[in-house]
Amino acid sequence: MLSNTGNFLLILSILFTSFIIYQSFACLKKTNDMIFKSIYKISLLQSTTILICFFTLVGAFMVSDFSLINVYQNSHTLKPIFYKISGTWGNHEGSLLLWVIILTIFSFLFLITNKNHPKNYRINTLIIQNILILGFLFFILFNSNPFSSISPIPKEGLGLNPILQDPALAIHPPLLYVGFVGSSIYFSAAMASVITNYSGKFFAQSIKSWVIISWSFQTLGILVGSIWAYYELGWGGFWFWDPVENASLLPWFAMTALLHSLLVLEKRNILYFWSIILCLLTFTLSVTGTFLVRSGILNSVHTFANDPSRGIYILSFLSLMIFASVYILFTKYKPTNDQINSNSKETFILINNWFMMFYLITVLLGTLYPIFTDAISNNKISVGPPFYNSVIIPVVIIFLFFMAIGPKVRWIKNEFLNFKDLLKIIVGAIAVNFIITYFFKSYSLISNLIIISSVFLIISTISDAFKKPKINFARIISHFSFGFLIFFIGLNHNFSIEKDFNLKLGETKKIDNYNFELKDLKLQQYDNYKAVIGKIQISDLSTNKKRTLNPEIRIYDNPQTLTYEASIKTNFFRDYYLTMSNIDRSDYYNIKFQEKPLMIWIWISVVMLSFGGFLSFIRNAKNN
Amino acid sequence: MQKIIKITIIFLLIFILGIFFLSLNKSSNYNTESLVGNKLGEIELVSFEDDSIFTNDDFKKNSFTLINFWASWCAPCRIEHPQLMELSKENNIKILGVNFKDKKINALKFLKDLGDPYEYLTRDSNGKQSVNFGIYGIPESILIDNKLTIIKKFVGPLTKQDLNNIKEIINNL
Amino acid sequence: MKIKIFLTIFFISFNLNLGSNEPIDESKIHKNLRCLVCQGQSIADSNSDFAITLKMVVKDLIKNGKSEDEIYDFLSEKYGDWILYNPKLNAGNLLLWSLPYLVLVFGGVIIVFLIRKQSKKT
Repeated sequence: MLSNTGNFLLILSILFTSFIIYQSFACLKKTNDMIFKSIYKISLLQSTTILICFFTLVGAFMVSDFSLINVYQNSHTLKPIFYKISGTWGNHEGSLLLWVIILTIFSFLFLITNKNHPKNYRINTLIIQNILILGFLFFILFNSNPFSSISPIPKEGLGLNPILQDPALAIHPPLLYVGFVGSSIYFSAAMASVITNYSGKFFAQSIKSWVIISWSFQTLGILVGSIWAYYELGWGGFWFWDPVENASLLPWFAMTALLHSLLVLEKRNILYFWSIILCLLTFTLSVTGTFLVRSGILNSVHTFANDPSRGIYILSFLSLMIFASVYILFTKYKPTNDQINSNSKETFILINNWFMMFYLITVLLGTLYPIFTDAISNNKISVGPPFYNSVIIPVVIIFLFFMAIGPKVRWIKNEFLNFKDLLKIIVGAIAVNFIITYFFKSYSLISNLIIISSVFLIISTISDAFKKPKINFARIISHFSFGFLIFFIGLNHNFSIEKDFNLKLGETKKIDNYNFELKDLKLQQYDNYKAVIGKIQISDLSTNKKRTLNPEIRIYDNPQTLTYEASIKTNFFRDYYLTMSNIDRSDYYNIKFQEKPLMIWIWISVVMLSFGGFLSFIRNAKNN
Repeated sequence: MQKIIKITIIFLLIFILGIFFLSLNKSSNYNTESLVGNKLGEIELVSFEDDSIFTNDDFKKNSFTLINFWASWCAPCRIEHPQLMELSKENNIKILGVNFKDKKINALKFLKDLGDPYEYLTRDSNGKQSVNFGIYGIPESILIDNKLTIIKKFVGPLTKQDLNNIKEIINNL
Repeated sequence: MKIKIFLTIFFISFNLNLGSNEPIDESKIHKNLRCLVCQGQSIADSNSDFAITLKMVVKDLIKNGKSEDEIYDFLSEKYGDWILYNPKLNAGNLLLWSLPYLVLVFGGVIIVFLIRKQSKKT
């Protein structure tokens, strides 16, 4: 029954979408400035229908309706209710519905919040956005339908992957989708802008809020993914430059560049075509990322299950998108005489964009290179963290310096930078770095430079808060948060301690300043898994403090999986991180212990970074 | 100038999308079966029974050798064993077994129950020797000739098709 | 312009192994080797049989005086380039290692060009 309801609602959505496109074309033909009331009404109906469709699927998961193949494959009656619900979007088909919701709601909201802009621009945006929606609805209905039914109805489901049963992972897709799926709206708006010749500062004002919101959510989405990786995957890291992680980072670089160049477009009416390119690039990268993740051409710990037909569809969709946007751009491109003043803010924003493109190309190259070499020379290579770290980190140093200086420069020339102040800040930064290396531990040259440049950015940004009469808190918070992020990552990386050793039950081992004792092993039965819980006591010999950590080895039934749950003790100074795993054919357990200073501050920095984005959204809404 | 840039961009996009389309058919799972053609390096394997060493020179006596990594605790090894038994009847080839991270008693019982196809039997108790052969799981087998060139690698249990393949290779001299 | 060239070379030099006199960092080598039986983990992070065996072999190779690069060469010969997370600096990977810096230099050139265009007018 739910299967029929869901399919009916999908078809209804397709009808509404087609109607909107049809009516929009009709509306374009009329010379007056009014958008048909019917377009508004049907848009609202369209969003409502899609939402009901989505909640139908959620309902099916909640009641464990196994007549739907999707529910059967991805759920189980013993799953806790919270994870039954989040299981709706934790799979390929269900997550596509989430895609369409964002596409549709953003389409409607953009329509009604842009009443101050020309009709043709808004209608064209609506048309293009709805073509995207149609594409995805067809994909869902004919290839990846969460409402496909199965008969006879199975008694029990195949279960959700236990690693996905986590609160962070539950909200990770929705956050990310508001981010990179939301970028669809300014993709469509950019196309509309080029088609209708609606350029310059008004276009910037039209999409600015949307770019800010998608950027803020993308930042949060990436953060939550990293937090999940840290807590769940058991290796104590939060970023592995895995292709799926990179897929979420690539649109972020483009969004950050776009955010900044829109400031220039709005203020000085230049960099229009570059902004358009960034708008098109962001959503293109989003769809490319989706393709890479779901088509099966990448080898990753995060990928969904493989199905080549999905890959073909998404790739075809992507190709159409790319060629349509390239065609529009090429036919409508007008070379402009953009005057860029040196020694002004716009130069520094260009520099921001320059560095963002460097990061983007590096990560894109690293992610795609193995695919290319395999296709061309049949030789499989790996591109992992050592590559990304060694290429990107030295460049970040210079980037941070520019980021500190940029905001200090005025829009209009004639103001020279106060070099004395800058000098004072640099000396301050070097002093801070020196204190750290003197009292704690010295580290490599690159680490020194990273600490100095990030502290320079932090001090520099905070000093801005005291100087100017008009304080832009949003920018100040985002910029120093970024500085803090790099600062804490640098310190965390250099001062982390790792110990890897084996212990038997009851055994104690002394390593450096610590005594580790495997005091106890308990077997405990839970709803849908069994756990072997270890009790490991760590005695810090220098402070005589004892801590107990309880790592787990979890044995899930549906599907049959073994996972290792890290035991993490967090405080504001450091995280203690411990995983225990069994060794085949042995009484010994392998213990990996890590002491990770300032870990929580890394998360806090990113939250602040995103918060700056939300502040900027509010500020922008107030000003317009 | 502008036309050149536009044409370059279009070509680049077609190239990238083309590669994506091509890659859809490829498997993203990695295995080492393509690493053939090289010679084995210096090998030293400890004999199963006593502590004598089996070296490269011992290989050169045979036209072909199949090096088979196995263990009593490995279920797929059990499944592939009949293929090895049949192969041991061939004239042109000798099978070298490397018992991997196993206990002597269990290994001997395995051979007693399922048969012993191994002309030579060695052991790799800690698994370190397997790395010299590029082994990363068991069962795995390597077919070499008397010049120690790797002709074929088999990752996973030997199938009937693999067996026929081997027979073809060793009888086509 | 000269500063740009200098900076570029400066950056590239960070990628070369300058510290050949430093003691071998076992952990760094472990992080660079892919666990072939896992889904996207280095042998440092994995406890699979293969990872454990490989860690033992790396220890032996270090004891026998092999350098970091020699270890990578040995293992990539046995298992293919796939096992190395840091792609080798060879002809096939030239584009991978050089393109990012080319983009950096190219972007800088464009910006300087755009700014000069303006100052020529004033």
